[in-house]
Amino acid sequence: MLRYILSRLGQSLILLLIVSFIGFAVLTLAPGGPLSQFALSPGMTQEQIDKIATQMGLDRPVVVQYFDWLSHLVMGDWGISYRDGQSVLHVIASHLFATLLLMGTATVISVTLGSTIGIFSALKRGSSFDYAMTVFAMVALSIPTFWFGLIAIYIFSLNLGWLPAGNMYSVGDGSLLDYIRHLIMPAAVLALVDVAIWSRYMRTSTLTVINQDFVRTARAKGLTRRRVLLRHIVGNSLVPMITLAGLQLPMVLGGALVTETVFTWPGMGRLFLDSLGYSDYPVVMGLLMASAMLVLLGNLIADLTVALIDPRIRLD
Amino acid sequence: MTTASTNTPLPFIRSRALRRFLSHKLALVGLVMVLSLTVACFVGPHLLPYDELHIDLMARFASPGTGGHIFGTDPLGRDIAARLFHAGQISMAVGFAVMLIATSVGSVVGVVSGYYGGKVAAVLMRIVDAFLSFPSVFLLLALAAFIQPGPVMIALIISATSWMEVARIVESEVKSLRNQDFVQAAHMLGLSNRWIMFRELLPNAIGPIIVAATLTVARAILLEAYISFLGYGIQPPLPSWGNMLNGAQQYLASAPWLAIVPGVAITIAVTGFNFIGDGLRDAFDSRSDAL
Repeated sequence: MLRYILSRLGQSLILLLIVSFIGFAVLTLAPGGPLSQFALSPGMTQEQIDKIATQMGLDRPVVVQYFDWLSHLVMGDWGISYRDGQSVLHVIASHLFATLLLMGTATVISVTLGSTIGIFSALKRGSSFDYAMTVFAMVALSIPTFWFGLIAIYIFSLNLGWLPAGNMYSVGDGSLLDYIRHLIMPAAVLALVDVAIWSRYMRTSTLTVINQDFVRTARAKGLTRRRVLLRHIVGNSLVPMITLAGLQLPMVLGGALVTETVFTWPGMGRLFLDSLGYSDYPVVMGLLMASAMLVLLGNLIADLTVALIDPRIRLD
Repeated sequence: MTTASTNTPLPFIRSRALRRFLSHKLALVGLVMVLSLTVACFVGPHLLPYDELHIDLMARFASPGTGGHIFGTDPLGRDIAARLFHAGQISMAVGFAVMLIATSVGSVVGVVSGYYGGKVAAVLMRIVDAFLSFPSVFLLLALAAFIQPGPVMIALIISATSWMEVARIVESEVKSLRNQDFVQAAHMLGLSNRWIMFRELLPNAIGPIIVAATLTVARAILLEAYISFLGYGIQPPLPSWGNMLNGAQQYLASAPWLAIVPGVAITIAVTGFNFIGDGLRDAFDSRSDAL
């Protein structure tokens, strides 16, 4: 097991290094570059821009800049936000909770609903329910998340007045119920795509498990249908779903960005857009890295969990 | 389906894959959706009384069906139907451009790493993994914010975040083919590596590539909508389905059609391509008969 953990950890580190290289290349080599925001200031001369470039170390070779940036990153120095002078790590950390809350809730919804749909589709394969769910999944995957959010706001906030149209809480109220009321719609919107994906994969996974020998054995032992379903089928079908949850992270995180924008949810996605608007390079760069790190960490945790549950994985 | 051979639908069509595709209901629905949308986008503008840039401040926020505006007008009094159809041409053109670029890049990366294996594959596939670690929307926005956004640039950066799936699919296909007899034979004939890769191996992976390419069109239309909605994609006055939705949120209460109409168009287009992709997958997958 230790060997598996170490090799998996090594893989993640290598990926992180490549990720950092891509992230750095995107923001450094893009036309405009970090100096474009200074060039916009009125009365700025080329000399002054050159001076700023020297101060920021931008006149050094790109490779030197990269390793300098990387070593600071490793030491926890992610730079200073141009916008308010706060440390980037601090700015990101203060927005992390809102995003994790949104993603966590959406994942709970999609796992529960998606797995249930998937299992029943598999058990009743070829039925009209199965067919309807196939069509539902493909349509759900085709609806732009933000548009679904707009429609949800139109129906549930503007017309029915059931739920607030945005923000994380009402000013002056801060009760748990208030938070929940604000959370329901963005979480449900974000979960839609994931429900579709989970139901599809769970269907496939369940179909694979249903035909295996131990299920037949369990039935032959005289266990009830219900008991076999709950103890043998569901448990075993869920194992590959853990890996899937890790692999779905980039999509959920990207969806969270768009959902946060529509619902003015104060998370990393909104921060990313605001920072782009202000050309706040260090924060944009930090968020790009943080999102990729979150994804790699999620995948690592998922793989290790599966290895812990399923001894077959760590043996090879 | 044991009776498939005796009771084949559409017996007059020779190709098994094409026959399977045409008997796939969802795929046909998808084909109809995409075709009718395409016809609407290219023929529609010629039938409408207004063009997409015509500003009429006296007719701002006209609701659908009034004054000859079938889908109403926007905050500048421009005809939404005219904008929608032009936007469709642009959004779908971006979708197809991304499909061509991303599929080509992905195929080359995939065939090279699948064929050579070893260190080459290790390096290339780690790069694929690294690109997949970024949430596409984050990477796209970061790229889009620092370039001059035009349809061509937008297509290029969406391609930059869309080639990895194809690369993975082609790599695994080629890896499973590379030790087969016909490849050994090609080696013995003295054919060059390049010839074997692109003339012998790649054509054998064409099924999965076509499926992935179709799904890439759907994905590209969605991604264009995302970044244009957020204001970093196609820039007005050039319309795209995404940028028509940009700003629609603030008029949601008074003019909901601003949000509804382009969103429905996007959903129809993306659903259509996804249905077609699904049908193609079943058509090319010889195992699908058994399931």
